[in-house]
Amino acid sequence: MTTTVATAKDRYLAEFQTLERGGAFRSPSWLAPLRRRAIDRFAESGFPTTRDEDWRYTNLASLAATPFRPAAPSQAGVPDEALERLALPGVEWPRLVFVDGRYSPKLSTARQLPGGVQVASLAEAMITDGDMIERHLGRHVRWDKNVFAALNTAFVDDGGFVCLPPEVRSETPLELVFLATTPGVVAQPRTLIVAGLHSRLTVVERYVGITDEAYFTNAVTEIVAGPGAAVDHYVLQEQGAEAFHVATVHAVLGRDSVFDTCGVTFGGRLARTTLTLEFAGEGGRGAINGLYVVGGRQHVDHHVTVDHAVPRCTSRQLFKGVLDGNARAVFNGRVIVRPGAQKTDATQTNKHLLLSDGVEVDSKPQLEIFADDVKCTHGAAEGQLAPEALFYLKSRGLGEETARALLTYGFAHEVLERVAVEPLQAYLDRLLMARLGSDPIAKEIV
Amino acid sequence: MLSIRNLSAGVVDKPDILKRISLEVKAGEVHAIMGPNGSGKSTLAQVLAGHPGYIVTSGAVTYLGQDLLAMPAEERARAGLFLAFQYPVEIPGVSNAYFLKAAINERRSRQGQEELDAMEFLQLLDEKLRIVEMDRSFVNRPVNEGFSGGEKKRNEILQMAVLEPTLAILDETDSGLDIDALKTVAQGVNRLRRPDNAMILVTHYQRLLQYVEPDHVHVLFDGHIVKSGGKELALELEGKGYDWIREEVAAAEPAGSSVAR
Repeated sequence: MTTTVATAKDRYLAEFQTLERGGAFRSPSWLAPLRRRAIDRFAESGFPTTRDEDWRYTNLASLAATPFRPAAPSQAGVPDEALERLALPGVEWPRLVFVDGRYSPKLSTARQLPGGVQVASLAEAMITDGDMIERHLGRHVRWDKNVFAALNTAFVDDGGFVCLPPEVRSETPLELVFLATTPGVVAQPRTLIVAGLHSRLTVVERYVGITDEAYFTNAVTEIVAGPGAAVDHYVLQEQGAEAFHVATVHAVLGRDSVFDTCGVTFGGRLARTTLTLEFAGEGGRGAINGLYVVGGRQHVDHHVTVDHAVPRCTSRQLFKGVLDGNARAVFNGRVIVRPGAQKTDATQTNKHLLLSDGVEVDSKPQLEIFADDVKCTHGAAEGQLAPEALFYLKSRGLGEETARALLTYGFAHEVLERVAVEPLQAYLDRLLMARLGSDPIAKEIV
Repeated sequence: MLSIRNLSAGVVDKPDILKRISLEVKAGEVHAIMGPNGSGKSTLAQVLAGHPGYIVTSGAVTYLGQDLLAMPAEERARAGLFLAFQYPVEIPGVSNAYFLKAAINERRSRQGQEELDAMEFLQLLDEKLRIVEMDRSFVNRPVNEGFSGGEKKRNEILQMAVLEPTLAILDETDSGLDIDALKTVAQGVNRLRRPDNAMILVTHYQRLLQYVEPDHVHVLFDGHIVKSGGKELALELEGKGYDWIREEVAAAEPAGSSVAR
């Protein structure tokens, strides 16, 4: 085990050296030292093992043992049916598509946006908006404490860049699609979202796999919400059946800003999301919602940290998981209320619906409260479908499968009803019903 | 339509709640089953609807010529049997309209009828909503979630109106209703009464029977049907309470089965 971990680590280090020597990291100049510090951080610790408290229930041995290679610069085309699958019906919003980590202008439908809203690939924006990126990239996410964020930072190449000038309110959602097409490849997309003073926007990140073989996505998203800004953020994880998906999201909220995020996980063999919400100004409000619907031998892990560093902030967490087959879910919800962060109001709810005897759940709340005038609650529950509810539906003529699907849908829907973008909610409803395998009912519901 | 013969049933911890019950229900009839709390009224309703938590220890039930007890709950429903629940179950996240549409189309497709499309369904729904005096906002809410007691009972009658059962069993549908809600529910029930269907009203009190006139009244006591009669029996019970039944039963010990028509 130790050897395979070391091997995987060495592979990334060698790759870094090759790129560095080849001059790939020469520009922009400010980024080179950051890359160097990040790779040193990675070199220091390598991939986590289950001895690491943050990875106790998530074994990365198979990830570390698989020799993923970087994506080649030019990829074969994306099949038409995959593109059709990507399209959300009834939407005309700007979309950037990244294939195996690299921006594809051909597949993207970037439109000129009003009011100076910038949407671009990070690689382009490095040239056009270097100052803005230098100010934020790698300055928020704790790559010093998160090996995957360090690895991503060391190899930063491309991803999404969204920037809203002060007072600009964009009613049109922006969609970033990260498409995985090639087996055996590692992609490390990096996204930076900067919302200026009193601005407003909605961003949808989608991670979609069109191969059923193993690949590795290591994504990092940094979100900076300025004072009074409102950011709606969605993450749809539709990765392939054998995918390793590691995502790190770090949001920093300024004074009186509002951040709503909703992550929906369907895919991946092993999926880990490390999400941090950091209140940097008083009066911030954050809602973190998550739904995961997994089966087979899928493993899904959420590590959420809400850092109430300043007074008068409100956070609401709702995570729901549906587990079937031999799936396993890990949820770790940490709420920190730092000294002086009075009038903090934080809630956390984590519920699991267990559809088979073979599933396993490790759910752990972690409240660290160092202020006295605060409201913090947490609750966790695990259960099966209620027999009385099943009987009620059957007594109206619905069969066993349909009744189970409908009840499961009802359980999961509590999260989806918080999706404020209507076409997105409809799409997720359909994905959910397809996943629950009840087509006749899907027809009724959607 | 329904023929219950010497039915004994109960639950694991109490297998002898119903003791050799017999009952015949014909098309066009309304039967009331009355009795004090704990006499087995709800058990009878649940057993007929096919609740898996109840065990039938002996006896037979024939419904439209079929062996009812051999059918799972959903097949009974598809064959036109309907139970209005005493405690309707809340189904969060599933709207009443979706639920009703799924239920009616499930039944239609099993009966070889074409499924209703969205327009046809809404038309039907509007018509049925009038029967229970509810507006459309009612059906956009999740099934029974946050409904008042009266709303839940009305929702049961709405489902009954939409599904048009051949045999409807109403389990304490009148309990917990104020007088206005009771009248609305009773009116709904009366409008659904037809020569080709039948109803069994399970009730503790006589007051529902002031509005829905039964053809037959049976008194269930300690798992037995101890007395059967016409609608005047309900009035007698209302006047005298259940104590005189208790005395009659005590006097007639050892209790045996009595067969109602």
